[in-house]
Amino acid sequence: MSYVVLASILCAGSLVAGFLGALTGLGGGVVIIPLMTLALGIDIRYAVGASLISVIATSSGAAAAYVREGFTNIRIGMFLEVATTLGAVAGAVVAGHVSTGVLAVIFGLVLFSSALQSFRGAHDVGGADSSSPSAVRLRLPGHYPLEGSRQAYGVAGVAPGFALMVVAGGLSGLLGIGSGAVKVLAMDRIMRIPFKVSTTTSNFMIGVTAAASAGIYVGRGYVVPELAMPVMLGVLGGSLLGSRMLVATHSSILRRIFAWVIIVLSAEMIYNGLVGKI
Amino acid sequence: MTGPENTETRDGDQALEILLGRLLRAGVLAAASVVALGGVFLLLAHGGSTPDYGAFVGARTALRSIGGILAEAVALKPDGIAQTGLLLLIATPVLRVALSLFGFARQRDWLYVVLTLVVLTVLTAGLAGWQP
Repeated sequence: MSYVVLASILCAGSLVAGFLGALTGLGGGVVIIPLMTLALGIDIRYAVGASLISVIATSSGAAAAYVREGFTNIRIGMFLEVATTLGAVAGAVVAGHVSTGVLAVIFGLVLFSSALQSFRGAHDVGGADSSSPSAVRLRLPGHYPLEGSRQAYGVAGVAPGFALMVVAGGLSGLLGIGSGAVKVLAMDRIMRIPFKVSTTTSNFMIGVTAAASAGIYVGRGYVVPELAMPVMLGVLGGSLLGSRMLVATHSSILRRIFAWVIIVLSAEMIYNGLVGKI
Repeated sequence: MTGPENTETRDGDQALEILLGRLLRAGVLAAASVVALGGVFLLLAHGGSTPDYGAFVGARTALRSIGGILAEAVALKPDGIAQTGLLLLIATPVLRVALSLFGFARQRDWLYVVLTLVVLTVLTAGLAGWQP
């Protein structure tokens, strides 16, 4: 296959991935890596490098729209970025020492669990009624716009939330994904931060988390411009299109279809990792 | 319910967040433009070649450090230009964190100045080529 054909396939596939990722909230990286490894036979380390780059592009591109609405909590974001960036460095270190088969199996498992989680759909457990003392000391509680006024919310579970964020960062650095699902899980379920604040703050953090391991990836030669170029441009274009159409389409049906696609892909990744084809 | 603390601080946060959001988008657009430019040169120079990415070799050594990447871009190497765009993209969230450092310092929020410094140190170490 000539390079111009390969780049075109990568760009088109990434465009679709970014588009569906933005529409369903599952992110584009989850489809990029199976596309590159399973369909195009590219080494998973190149795929992880290109995917991580595209994660930075989509997260940073979307953050501008979110912050204007006033849901992002910059203190929660910065506090938890301490956890995710340290986790991301650890993940990138581990990635250099495990076999590509093991990477593929872990990737498949993470993919599978994020698809399962998406079947449960959006759920708003509501903010914590009161804040834990450590959350108050860290000035994490905030307020968000609600029907013209500002609704205050508390924050709980600071220590377990922080610990899960180290894991989220680790997965991001290991697999080159945004791991937004784990981040939202930590903030929404454990720290009891309102759902909308969790999702927008998570998006804000994803780019910073990915940047922590991206530098290490560049140094190791995982980031190859020939491959990262079409992937980044495709995912970015697709996600910009997807976020514009978010309101107009029935995203719940699409979300289900996309989740099934992801389950099939995760099974393929696990199988290929186990038999040593990746 | 713990009430919102100092409203002034929160408004400062909001203004800062909007500024940071704009910065992020500008950084992504600039990076994407440079990557696209490098991409056009890449396709023109190597479009007909048949590269094999099935076995891991890694990017060539010059494209693995900031100095090397910039030198290749100045020499107008197509992959050097594209890699410079990717470097710009990685630097965008780092710059975002650096600017929020000033925001927290202006609010005299020393706890968050320290937390931001920790994040910034981790980020710059990775970018500067520190290999753990």
